Amino acid sequence: MLATAWNDKTIRWAVIGVGFLAAIGWLLPTWVLNNVMFGLARGLAVLGLLVLWRTGLVSFGHALYFGLGAYAVALLEKYTGLTDVFVKFGAAILVAGACGFLLGFVLRNYRAIFFAMLSLAFSMVLYGVLVKMEVLGSTDGFSVTQYTIFGWDPEGKYPLFCFIILACVVALTIVQLYLKSALGFLTTAIRDNERRVEYLGYSVARAIHIKYLISACLAGAAGGAMAMALGQVDPDSMVNWTVSGELVFITIMAGAGSVVAPFIGAIVFEFLRTYAFEWAPQAWQLIVGGTLLAIIFFLPGGIWSVLEKPWAKRETDDG
Amino acid sequence: MMADAPILRVRDLNKSFSGIVAANNINVDVAPGEIVGIIGANGAGKTVFVNMITGYLKPSSGTIEFSGKDITGIEPRDATHEGVCRSFQISQVFMTMTVRENLLIALAIARESGSAMLLPVDHPDLTEECDRLMTAYKIEQYANSTVSTLSQGVRKLLDIAMAVVSDPKVLLLDEPTSGVSVEEKFGIMDIVMAALKEKGTAVLFVEHDMEIVERYVHRVLAFYQGEVICDAPPEEALLDPGVIEFVIGTDYHSANGKSEAADA
Repeated sequence: MLATAWNDKTIRWAVIGVGFLAAIGWLLPTWVLNNVMFGLARGLAVLGLLVLWRTGLVSFGHALYFGLGAYAVALLEKYTGLTDVFVKFGAAILVAGACGFLLGFVLRNYRAIFFAMLSLAFSMVLYGVLVKMEVLGSTDGFSVTQYTIFGWDPEGKYPLFCFIILACVVALTIVQLYLKSALGFLTTAIRDNERRVEYLGYSVARAIHIKYLISACLAGAAGGAMAMALGQVDPDSMVNWTVSGELVFITIMAGAGSVVAPFIGAIVFEFLRTYAFEWAPQAWQLIVGGTLLAIIFFLPGGIWSVLEKPWAKRETDDG
Repeated sequence: MMADAPILRVRDLNKSFSGIVAANNINVDVAPGEIVGIIGANGAGKTVFVNMITGYLKPSSGTIEFSGKDITGIEPRDATHEGVCRSFQISQVFMTMTVRENLLIALAIARESGSAMLLPVDHPDLTEECDRLMTAYKIEQYANSTVSTLSQGVRKLLDIAMAVVSDPKVLLLDEPTSGVSVEEKFGIMDIVMAALKEKGTAVLFVEHDMEIVERYVHRVLAFYQGEVICDAPPEEALLDPGVIEFVIGTDYHSANGKSEAADA
């Protein structure tokens, strides 16, 4: 399994890339470290959207799973005192995955705008529940202040940064192997021709359900990582429809050509937003929106389409 | 040809859409390895018949048995698992993928196991079988071409090759030569029939070209207004007065010098 993964050039270069990032991470200023962490965390959710996107499905409601992951981390710390990052992260994936599995039975029957809007509706139900319930923190949410790693209580965020990098590498590897498997290839096949897939003997509904479950788990993982990196969860920053919108925004901006693209796109987005806010605090949305328009008009394949040719050349040279 | 027990048995099959009858009391038996041509004018009910057998449409009444098992109204994917597969009038292939990728997916699904679906799609178990199929259907030179760039003839062959990957016992081909050039028609049918002959697959194919029907089939089912008006070997069926009047017209025999036989 590990040998198979290492033989994949995308995985190999991604591991080298994030290894380099981890190595220089302790040198980075805190604000840069935070931005990269936020980007990597959001990139996990975008990776899940990429799996759906390649099937021809767009979810405007993945903040549901992002929020569930984030709140699972916060509630676990608040009500049980558990602070281990592996336990928190596992809980985030488990809660989001369980919800995705159940809702998948409904959503796998819908396509196009109905799929997108139904996803949004489910996420807004969670948003409504959270803002109304004091026990869930209402509009103020909770703080997530502590983290430990196997009992070690580290200082600073660099160890958490390394943990998030590790999580990204594992997720990226699993998704890359999945996309290269026959089941993964069904993503494009379903987008091309659902009827043929059924006549070949595979249930399209089941295939979409599996993809939805994977994307929900990734979004949950993203929410969990973001909660720990940000140190705060609240409905507006974790579950609101704008969070779903940002994830779709990054998916378009990054492009769906590679499993690496979501992470590059998400990190670019974090810095774009930071600088836009710095330069134009009253009009930063204008800059972010204008960037998206420019990408749609001039780079319809997203940022990855710029990197694709050098990447393909490197793959040819390597092998 | 019907000495063997039928592998496909259709009894009293009916289908109507809002009162419009598309299939009226159809009774058909098909033996293993039999090649059956389905003919009829547009709207005669040929494709409805194929769609009911392969699970795309549910019959209003009647039964469909495959190897003695009732398969009436099952889902298309279950029909495939049972051994009843089909190709389409308009090729149903994955247009943005290569010929090889189309076949590899079909082969992985045909393995009917979860673990086969998790194998890399270029696993040697799958690629060897894929290469064999591409050779049998003479599409190996297009292996790495994206399907959307290929001719209708190649797409038809790919469509049929994808339909046979699970070794069906009954294969239904909906107008396998429609939309392809006259030169390609016989070439396609020769390739398909040669590939299927070894397997002993029963084939039912919808066809408008009577030269194809005459050359390849053991039996003809002629449809008119949802009914089977003739079920006979081609040499009899194509001379049947009802078939001439409602299906093929007199021009066909005139053009082929058979008017006297038809008159007789």
